Amino acid sequence: MTHWIVLPVLLPALVAPFIVLAARYHIGIQRVFSVAGVLMLIAIAAGLAWQASDGTITLYQLGDWAAPFGIVLVGDRLSTIMVLLTAVLGLMVLLYAIGSGWDEKGRHFHALFQFQLMGIMGAFLTGDLFNLFVFFEVLLIASYGLMIHSGGNTRLRAGVQYVLFNLIGSTLFLFALGAIYAETGTLNMADLAQRVTLIDPSETVGIRVAAVLLLLVFAIKAALVPLHFWLPSSYAEAPGPVAALFAIMTKVGAYAIIRVYTMVFPPELEATAGLHGAWLLPAALISLAIGAIGVLAARKLDRLVTFAVIGSMGMVMVTISLFTPQSIAAALYYIIHSTLAAAALFLIADMVRSGRTDLRLVPMPAVAGAVLTAALFFIAAIAMTGLPPLSGFLGKLLVLDASFATTAMSWVFAVVLLSSLVNVVGFSRAGSILFWKSKSVERPADDPLPAAPATLSYVAVGGLIALLAVHTAFAGPIHGYMTTTSAQLFAPEPYISTVLETPGKLSTPTEGQ
Amino acid sequence: MELLVASAIGVLTATGLYLVFRMRSFPVILGISLLTYAVNVFLFASGRLAVGAPPILDKTADLTYADPLPQALVLTAIVISFGMTAVVVMIALGAYLGGDDDTVNDAVQDDTTAKEDAA
Repeated sequence: MTHWIVLPVLLPALVAPFIVLAARYHIGIQRVFSVAGVLMLIAIAAGLAWQASDGTITLYQLGDWAAPFGIVLVGDRLSTIMVLLTAVLGLMVLLYAIGSGWDEKGRHFHALFQFQLMGIMGAFLTGDLFNLFVFFEVLLIASYGLMIHSGGNTRLRAGVQYVLFNLIGSTLFLFALGAIYAETGTLNMADLAQRVTLIDPSETVGIRVAAVLLLLVFAIKAALVPLHFWLPSSYAEAPGPVAALFAIMTKVGAYAIIRVYTMVFPPELEATAGLHGAWLLPAALISLAIGAIGVLAARKLDRLVTFAVIGSMGMVMVTISLFTPQSIAAALYYIIHSTLAAAALFLIADMVRSGRTDLRLVPMPAVAGAVLTAALFFIAAIAMTGLPPLSGFLGKLLVLDASFATTAMSWVFAVVLLSSLVNVVGFSRAGSILFWKSKSVERPADDPLPAAPATLSYVAVGGLIALLAVHTAFAGPIHGYMTTTSAQLFAPEPYISTVLETPGKLSTPTEGQ
Repeated sequence: MELLVASAIGVLTATGLYLVFRMRSFPVILGISLLTYAVNVFLFASGRLAVGAPPILDKTADLTYADPLPQALVLTAIVISFGMTAVVVMIALGAYLGGDDDTVNDAVQDDTTAKEDAA
C-alpha cells in the first residue's frame, strides 16, 4: 500500500510544530521551512493528481483498518485536483506574505498557515463524514488564528463574528452527522451511499432532514445567500494574504456539496430528489445577484472583492445545482478560475492598501508602483467579471452552455448575464477612482511617498495571473479533464467498491480467543 | 427515558438559540455552549438509548450493549467544542477590551466615512 496520499496531511502537520518549537524566534528559518514545505506539497499533489488522472482511485486505510470501521483517505480525480490547487495557491500566498512582510506583523503566521493547509488537504482527501467534520475544525481553528493575525480592534471584532458563525455551523454539522448515524448506522461516505438506497421509502423523514441539514452546513461554508453574512466583514478585515488563502475555503464547501450530493444523495435517489432544484438553484441565483449588487454598492475595495467572491460562489453553486455531468464539469472549471482570480484580487487590494490610509473608494494621491498595481488589477478584474479573453469568460460560457437545455435556462441566463454587467460597472468604477482619479490629487508636500510593494509581492500576484492565463490557454484540455472527473463522480461504483472491498484489519470476535 | 432525553435536547437547543440571538458576546458564547451540550446528547441518542449496558460485545452471553461509536464521536465533539469555546472567549475578550463594546454585529458605519462618500 502506498503512503503518498497521507502526506498532504502529514507534511504540514510535521512542519507546523517544527516551526513553532524549533524556529520560534527566527523568521528566516520559518520562511525557509514554510516555503520548502509548500514546494514539497506541490510535488506530492502533482504526483497524486498524475496518479489519479487515469481514473485510478487510491485508498489509504489509516492503521490498516478496513472501511467502514476505520477511517479512509481516498484520492480520486476530484480530490487530487483540489489538493493540487490548494498547494499551488498556498505557494503564491506564502510568497506574498513573505514579500509584503505580513508574516512578521504577528506571531506564528507560518505555523498557522501550515495547519490551515493540513485541514484543507484533509477535508479534500477524507472518505469519512465525521473525519470531514474534524478536518473542517482543524482548518477553522487555524483560520481563526490567521484571521486575527497582527491584531487590531476592527479585525478582532470581525474575528469574533467569524468564529461564532462557524461555531454554530459546526454544531449544525454535528446535528446532521448524528441524524445520519441514527438513520443509517455509518458515517463512511461509500458505505452511506449503499445504505441510503436500502431505506424504506415510507420512512425517509430522518434521512431527508439529515440531507437538508448537511446541505445547510456546506452552504454556510460556501457562503450561499442567505448564509453568507459571515463572509464580507471577516474576509475584508483579514490580512490580505490570509483572505487570499481563504479563497479556497469557500470552495471546500462547494467540494463537499459535489462529493456528498453526487455519491451519497445523488439526484436520482428518491428520498432526497428535488432538493437541488427546489432550494439550491434559487439560493445560488440570489447569491449571484447579491454579489453583483454588493460589488456595485461597496464603498471600500476590500468589501468589493468580498462581494465578488460571493457572486462567484453563486455562479459555482448555480452550476452545481443543475447536477448534470456537464454542469459539474463546468463548475469544476469555474472553481479553479474563481479561486485564482479571487486570491489575486485580495492580494492586489492589499497592495493598494499599502500606499493609502485606507481602502475607501475615494481618490487619494498616486503611490509608487501604482502603474503596475493598476495593470494587475485590470487583468484580475477582467478575469473576475468574466470578460474575454480570460478564463472567467470561458467559465461563464461553460456555465451558460450547461444550463442551455434545462428548464431553468431563462433564469440562469438572465441572472448570470445581468450580474456580469453590474460586476463590470462596479469594477470599472472602483478601478477608475482608485487609479485614474489619483492623478488629479496632489500629494501634500510634507507627506512622504510610501514605498512601492516588494518585488516578491508582484511575483506572487503575477504568478496567480499567469496561472489564470494558463487556465485560459489550456482551457480545452483542462475542461476535458474536468469532464472525465465529473463522469467519475456520476459513476461512483468503482469508488464505493474500492473503499469497501479493499481488505484490511477487521476486529473479528474470534481473534485472540 | 426517551421523553426525558428528547425534551432535554429540545430545551437546551431552544435556550441556546435564544441566547445566541441576544447578539452580545457573553450570552452568545453561553448559548453556543448550550447548543454544543445539546448536540452532544443528541449524538449519544443517535446510537439508540441503552441504560447500564457496556459498550462491548460479549460472545459468551447475549447481553444488550451500547453502541460505542457515538461515544467516540461525542468525545471528539466535546474536545473540539471545548477548544473552540476557549478560542472564542479569548478573541471576544480582546475585542471587548479593545473597543469597549461587546455586540457581535457589524460596527455602524463611521460618520466621517459616510460624509466623505456623499461629498
